Amino acid sequence: MVVQALKDQGVDTVFGYPGGAVLPIYDEIFLQNDIRHYLVRHEQGAVHAAEGYARSTGKPGVVLVTSGPGATNAVTGMTDALMDSIPLVVLTGQVPTFLIGTDGFQEADTVGITRPCTKHNWLVKDPGRLSDTIHQAFQVATTGRPGPVLIDIPKDVQFATGDYTAPEEARVHHYQPRMDGDEAAIEALVSLIETAERPVFYTGGGVINSGPEASRLLRELVDTTGFPITSTLMGLGAYPASGKNWLGMLGMHGLYEANLAMHDCDLMINVGARFDDRITGRVQDFSPGSRKVHIDIDPSSINKVIRVDVPIIGDVGRVLKRALEVWKARGGRTEAEAVRQWWYRINDWRKVDCLAFTESKKTIRPQHALSRLEALTRDHPQRYISTEVGQHQMWAAQYLRFDEPNRWMTSGGLGTMGYGFPASIGVQVAHPDALVINVAGEASWLMNMQEMGTAVQYRLPVKQFILNNERLGMVRQWQELLHGERYSHSWSESLPDFVKLAEAFGAKGIMVSDPADLDDAIREMLAHDGPVIFDCLVEKHENCFPMIPSGKPHNEMLLGENASTEGAIGTSGGMLV
Amino acid sequence: MAALNIEKGTSKHSAYDLRDPHVEAQETHTLAVVVDNEAGVLARVIGLFSGRGYNIESLTVAETDHTGHVSRITVVTTGTPSVIEQIKAQLGRIVPVHEVHDLTADGAAVERELALFKVSGTGNERIEALRLAEIFRANVVDSTLESFVFEITGTPQKVDAFADLMRPLGLVEIARTGVAALSRGAA
Ligand SMILES: Cc1cc2nc3c(=O)[nH]c(=O)nc-3n(C[C@H](O)[C@H](O)[C@H](O)COP(=O)(O)OP(=O)(O)OC[C@H]3O[C@@H](n4cnc5c(N)ncnc54)[C@H](O)[C@@H]3O)c2cc1C
Ligand SMILES: Cc1ncc(C[n+]2csc(CCOP(=O)(O)OP(=O)(O)O)c2C)c(N)n1
Repeated sequence: MVVQALKDQGVDTVFGYPGGAVLPIYDEIFLQNDIRHYLVRHEQGAVHAAEGYARSTGKPGVVLVTSGPGATNAVTGMTDALMDSIPLVVLTGQVPTFLIGTDGFQEADTVGITRPCTKHNWLVKDPGRLSDTIHQAFQVATTGRPGPVLIDIPKDVQFATGDYTAPEEARVHHYQPRMDGDEAAIEALVSLIETAERPVFYTGGGVINSGPEASRLLRELVDTTGFPITSTLMGLGAYPASGKNWLGMLGMHGLYEANLAMHDCDLMINVGARFDDRITGRVQDFSPGSRKVHIDIDPSSINKVIRVDVPIIGDVGRVLKRALEVWKARGGRTEAEAVRQWWYRINDWRKVDCLAFTESKKTIRPQHALSRLEALTRDHPQRYISTEVGQHQMWAAQYLRFDEPNRWMTSGGLGTMGYGFPASIGVQVAHPDALVINVAGEASWLMNMQEMGTAVQYRLPVKQFILNNERLGMVRQWQELLHGERYSHSWSESLPDFVKLAEAFGAKGIMVSDPADLDDAIREMLAHDGPVIFDCLVEKHENCFPMIPSGKPHNEMLLGENASTEGAIGTSGGMLV
Repeated sequence: MAALNIEKGTSKHSAYDLRDPHVEAQETHTLAVVVDNEAGVLARVIGLFSGRGYNIESLTVAETDHTGHVSRITVVTTGTPSVIEQIKAQLGRIVPVHEVHDLTADGAAVERELALFKVSGTGNERIEALRLAEIFRANVVDSTLESFVFEITGTPQKVDAFADLMRPLGLVEIARTGVAALSRGAA
């Protein structure tokens, strides 16, 4: 019954790990060929793989794990998906209903434990409700603000026979989020577009969540208005990095020009972003002179952190479509001359060239490694990137360029080390012919390295691009800048030999430490038809700049040594450095 | 690297210091939350308050529509106006929640609470307790030679006032139901 319900929901891929409490479902899986099950090596890996699958396809990811430890191992992944609004349906086995509450073998209060880390969860005690609940679960996971849901199924319910409810007959849940924006609010947005002198689009993961059509509409609106656009970490690719209005990512490690545009703008149009603290810095100083519009499907995102002038509750795609219609019908006007002046200021900030770095002949600088990776893979028609968490993640966001949505998988809200490798597996499963690269730090990568077995077993040619600084680099950076250079436990000691490690799993390993060999090594990695661990030994004490220290306003940014700050201080209108 | 504008060796620039120090006034609001009467729904509501650091002053819950399996949770909470707005939006996000009414913001509402008071004493104190109970229209629902159990209904303020008066007169125990509330008028 479970497998039938999944099929009827269009599921063809499940990531999972068996155990006593889910054996009846594994039996059903064994007896059919429509759904492919991928056996991971740890349940956390299953959930992140499903996240990678979901983010790269726009479809919900499906996970199947056993009761007790299977369920608790999945908790980190579900929390990650909740923070980043990724649709997942997680099925867990549970002890039989008559054993619930007796501390039965591998019993855990799964719905209790996962209540705060799912959008919703269900314990199904009645076999008659099982298929209906699964259909509802898909509806809840994918509508409104997407998120993970969990269905806990006791073993006796799995064995029981009951009436099957087809998706069309399933109870429609009263949960029906609002999709269309308020007409008056959209009119207000259009008026602001017509009169703004220093506008900026601040876009986020909500554009990706809304689907490819939302990205297309966003591009149209940005290009026809001529307004500058920046995006959060989660929204990269919605507007192409090669587009002429692109300012780059904003926020704590965002680009100078993007952050100053946010600080000095008079109109901020937030499209599917949630004013995260990595973006706002000190809230009292956040973009003090602007009027703010916020398009978001979740009413709780509105006014949660920053008070906005024009809230528009609805789906990004629907709201942008309507806004474009209204704006065009009213003549498609902007304050073009003022906006041109605004671009002059922005171009002055751009001259700071905040991502500039000098290559070293002796050691590979991580920025250089990523620039070369970008240069050598840019033209690949189907390049997907995932990352782990740390400095490498920020450098990847800065130096890799995304021209399409759904090509960038990263753990933003929870910042889960160990996310990237399994996520890359999920992406590769969904796109067998694509080039899938996980940009990793050695410490993060080790957190889910057991998934190497999964990659080899299913011949998934994922490339593990490890920027190995033998440090918990991001932690080390904070300790250097904010904790008096006391490097408490931020070394990666006793690291494995990654080449041998790859070989031990039956994969290929490449190690490179000389900048002169870098390009050839990357080419060798790309040419290999199979999983590769690429151990790139990089400069150990590199810091990631620009950086806005927590709790600082946007215009108090730390810049790298190569940024040319002269001239910029005067125009920024604020206190630099 | 451009000069650091932060003191080294301190951790006062922590990400956790981002709360707006412009403290807004605290308000008390009564919220009526209409929910599906399904397992765990109360835990979801309570978990939201504890997980996000909101206050619960009082909470009552009971099924109000048996055929529709709908329950009504009445929560009294305090917070700044923006926190109250967040609480309502967060409650609205819970999947089995149908509606959230802010009875305080919607205008006048009737609020009532029921409480039981056990008061023990003899002589003048006992007489005084009985006299005050009459003034508060509390009923005697149990009595022995040295004790009474009073039943009182009213606003939480009235119940508080009664408690203050009973305390010197031998108050032993109080049981309160928490607030039930409805908006005034036909709608
Ligand atoms: C080490 C580290 C450093 C970081 N530094 C930065 C940084 O410098 N810059 C940065 O940007 N981030 C950074 N992040 C990420 C940051 O923590 C947040 O995850 C990120 O900024 C949130 O992105 P977002 O605002 O786009 O929101 P998301 O988390 O993507 O949320 C999406 C929003 O859109 C809404 N939404 C969803 N679907 C729809 C729809 N269909 N229609 C309308 N609205 C919808 C949701 O309700 C939600 O409010 C960092 C993370 C880590 C781990
Ligand atoms: C599971 C988990 N534990 C701890 C952290 C805190 N943390 C953030 S970045 C980081 C260091 C990451 O080191 P590495 O993966 O080598 O990447 P680098 O910063 O060196 O590029 C740590 C420990 C985290 N984000 N996730």
